[in-house]
Amino acid sequence: MKIVIPATKDIVRGNSLIVSEKAIAQTHIINHFLTDIANVCLFFVRFIKQSFTPNHEFKEFFKQCFQIGYKSLPLISVTGTIMGLVLTIQSRPVLANFGAESLLPGMVAVSLIREMGPVITGLICAGKIASSMGAELGSMKVTEQIEAMEVSSTNPMKFLVVTRVWAAVLMIPLLVLYADGLGILGSWAGANLKGDVTFSLFFAQAFSHIDFYDLIPAVIKSFFFGAVIGLVGCYKGYNAGRGTESVGIAANSAVVIASLLVLIVDVIAVQITDMIG
Amino acid sequence: MKNNSQEAIIDIKNLQISFGNQDVLKNVSLQLFNGENLVVLGKSGSGKSVLIKCIVGLLESDSGTIDVFGENVNTLNGSKLNNLRKKIGFLFQSGALYDSMTVKENLEFPLHRIRKNLSQQEIDSKILEALENVGLADALNKMPSQLSGGMRKRISLARTIVVDPLIMLYDEPTTGLDPVTSDEISTLINEVQKKYKTSSIIITHDIECARATANRIVMLQDGEIYMEGDLAAFENSKDPLIKAFF
Ligand SMILES: Nc1ncnc2c1ncn2[C@@H]1O[C@H](COP(=O)(O)OP(=O)(O)OP(=O)(O)O)[C@@H](O)[C@H]1O
Ligand SMILES: [Mg+2]
Repeated sequence: MKIVIPATKDIVRGNSLIVSEKAIAQTHIINHFLTDIANVCLFFVRFIKQSFTPNHEFKEFFKQCFQIGYKSLPLISVTGTIMGLVLTIQSRPVLANFGAESLLPGMVAVSLIREMGPVITGLICAGKIASSMGAELGSMKVTEQIEAMEVSSTNPMKFLVVTRVWAAVLMIPLLVLYADGLGILGSWAGANLKGDVTFSLFFAQAFSHIDFYDLIPAVIKSFFFGAVIGLVGCYKGYNAGRGTESVGIAANSAVVIASLLVLIVDVIAVQITDMIG
Repeated sequence: MKNNSQEAIIDIKNLQISFGNQDVLKNVSLQLFNGENLVVLGKSGSGKSVLIKCIVGLLESDSGTIDVFGENVNTLNGSKLNNLRKKIGFLFQSGALYDSMTVKENLEFPLHRIRKNLSQQEIDSKILEALENVGLADALNKMPSQLSGGMRKRISLARTIVVDPLIMLYDEPTTGLDPVTSDEISTLINEVQKKYKTSSIIITHDIECARATANRIVMLQDGEIYMEGDLAAFENSKDPLIKAFF
């Protein structure tokens, strides 16, 4: 089911009103926007419903976990390490000015675990995973593969969307933790470029500044990043248009919207943690 | 083969469907009788694919009723619709092979979901048989991207017949195939009809295929049934529109 609001032109003509072209164009945009929101809500409701009704596609779910988690490891390894390395090299002179170089590991660890790790990983995954979901489901839609599943009495929402979204929800927090770990390793490497710190000392210093209250909100936030990335990627692909060009449009808008939403979720999460903490 | 005493297993009445302000089907009434091959002719864009998509409930009609095995498709949903779909084989015009799966997995997919009681051994032998029927047994472990257009079409035909459906809906089964393979596909369609007592709707532009398979022909034009009859009636018609096809 898809909600369609009748074209504004018809309504205007029907009432024989004289309205400027610009006003028509504006109402058109609003119409589109509202229709989009309604369709997103419907999609979400169907997703929830299919997530909690029987006959789950576990095999496909594990395949998607592998695709999303394992296949992203190289990219996340590189970004994670560079994140820690750069953060350390950049912060050292500032801290040195205050004679507070001993705070370096702790500061880097806190900023990595609280903010940099989740957000950078979230954005990278929005680029990699949401776009590939948008493109894959979009091309399946265009080439009638989704309809072919439907006539094979398979629920494509369950087989394609539920598996992918939950795989993203599960895998992205793991990728975030992995990026955090590599970030701290990168940071230790950065600290060793000038000076000489053993890993155990660096590690001990880093962790003396962080506790579970830093880690838990970050992990919770990452679950939401995963949900946003999976839902946007699948929604855009699943609702792609009919021509081949709509595959590109689906992939592209999936990245843009998922990245934006990751940042918006981050702002909300920071506000909430601030209020509670 | 048209015989009103026979039961109609698909019964379409006054079907109407439009997209935006384009009326694709205006008023189509059509029956498919048990055991027959019904060929649907019509110009490109006349709504043939839309018609058979309505039959399996992939598209919702605006008005009219579609009864399949006595059940109204428009009112079914969830598991009831799935149970009905299990009895219907659908060959998509574009083939619609799953790109991310090998040929074998493509054929396993409907088998696992529609014929749940089969053992893996039975599944393997059914897959091999279906592939041999379309002459592509050696493509078993290829990916769809490694196949030519005609090969994909034949694989998707194999994927449709492998589950032994009671009703077959073929959307242009021979388009894009060479004459020899086309002949083989037409023969295969007739074999499937005899062997499994299936009833089929065959959409085609290929007159040779229509000649070989049709028990009855209908012609769609401007969203309505333009002419209906057996092969002889169409071949002897003086109507220029019909003559253009034959
Ligand atoms: N999902 C859809 N949304 C909007 N328009 C559609 C949709 N499906 C089909 N149409 C339109 O309906 C008309 C009939 O399409 P259909 O695919 O049934 O033609 P056809 O008779 O199968 O033609 P061909 O022989 O070329 O395959 C076309 O004009 C097409 O643009
Ligand atoms: Mg067609």
